[in-house]
Amino acid sequence: MLAELSMHIMDIVQNSISAGAKLVRVRLEQNFSLDTLTIEIEDDGKGMTAEEIKKVQDPFYTTKSYKKVGLGIPLFKQIAEHCDGSFEIISTPGKGTLIKAKFKMSHIDLPPIGNMRDTIIALVVGKPEIDFLFEIYKDGVSFVLDTREIKKELQDVPINHPEVIRFLKEYIDENLKAMEVVS
Amino acid sequence: MKLEDLRKIREKAEKELKLREGKARVKIVVGMGTSGIAAGAREVLKAFIDEVEKRNLQDVIVTQSGEKGLSSHEPIAEVWEEGKPIVVYGNLTPDAARRIVAEHIVNGNPVTEYVIEVKEA
Repeated sequence: MLAELSMHIMDIVQNSISAGAKLVRVRLEQNFSLDTLTIEIEDDGKGMTAEEIKKVQDPFYTTKSYKKVGLGIPLFKQIAEHCDGSFEIISTPGKGTLIKAKFKMSHIDLPPIGNMRDTIIALVVGKPEIDFLFEIYKDGVSFVLDTREIKKELQDVPINHPEVIRFLKEYIDENLKAMEVVS
Repeated sequence: MKLEDLRKIREKAEKELKLREGKARVKIVVGMGTSGIAAGAREVLKAFIDEVEKRNLQDVIVTQSGEKGLSSHEPIAEVWEEGKPIVVYGNLTPDAARRIVAEHIVNGNPVTEYVIEVKEA
């Protein structure tokens, strides 16, 4: 349904936003020697009970109170498990949630990472009131983007100001291209 | 490129912000639920952001929200303008988003072929 892993990331982060997160950490790690791709999304939102964790992973659970979460998590889980990987949700009510998905990188059905830059821009610019920490690792090389650092430099100037958007697009492009993450 | 380069942008932008009190005139809200993303909402949001950046529209904010309902018309975006009804656009493409910025946001003429609802603010 979602053609790229970067779209799944976009989608899973919506749940963090709905859960009232102030800070969302996204980690994307490609490890060629282990043949694994790991995606972690961690937030400081309202968290879930053990019962809720079970429900959000069930594609057939559609009562109103959980409708907000929708099909995104079951879909993501299904891909991870299908691609010889694993999926796990660790959450504490009142503290936050960590979603961890692992995939076998060489699996023939693994969707492409896709356009990670557009996911980063859409979240950072589209949700200026939330802080994001993106950590992208590829065989020991890394790119880290922390909106708290960016906002500190900007002071009163909003992160969605046209000039700042222009800077962010070039900055992210430059770094991801150097790592050959952008497809 | 370094994060320190942001300082120059800040200094320049701060002067301009003081002149117009930093108020947003228009807000564009793109629906970003699972089905919206599957239908291309991220690309639509990106097209809106690109236009705001290219045209230097400092009084336009592009933002996103969770499920928007009306999933048969996704991708969906709402245009909120002070003192005007909310215009809901549906079945959007990046091209349609660019047209909405040029024709509606800049020139004040809603792009009727993509309008699916007009509602009171």
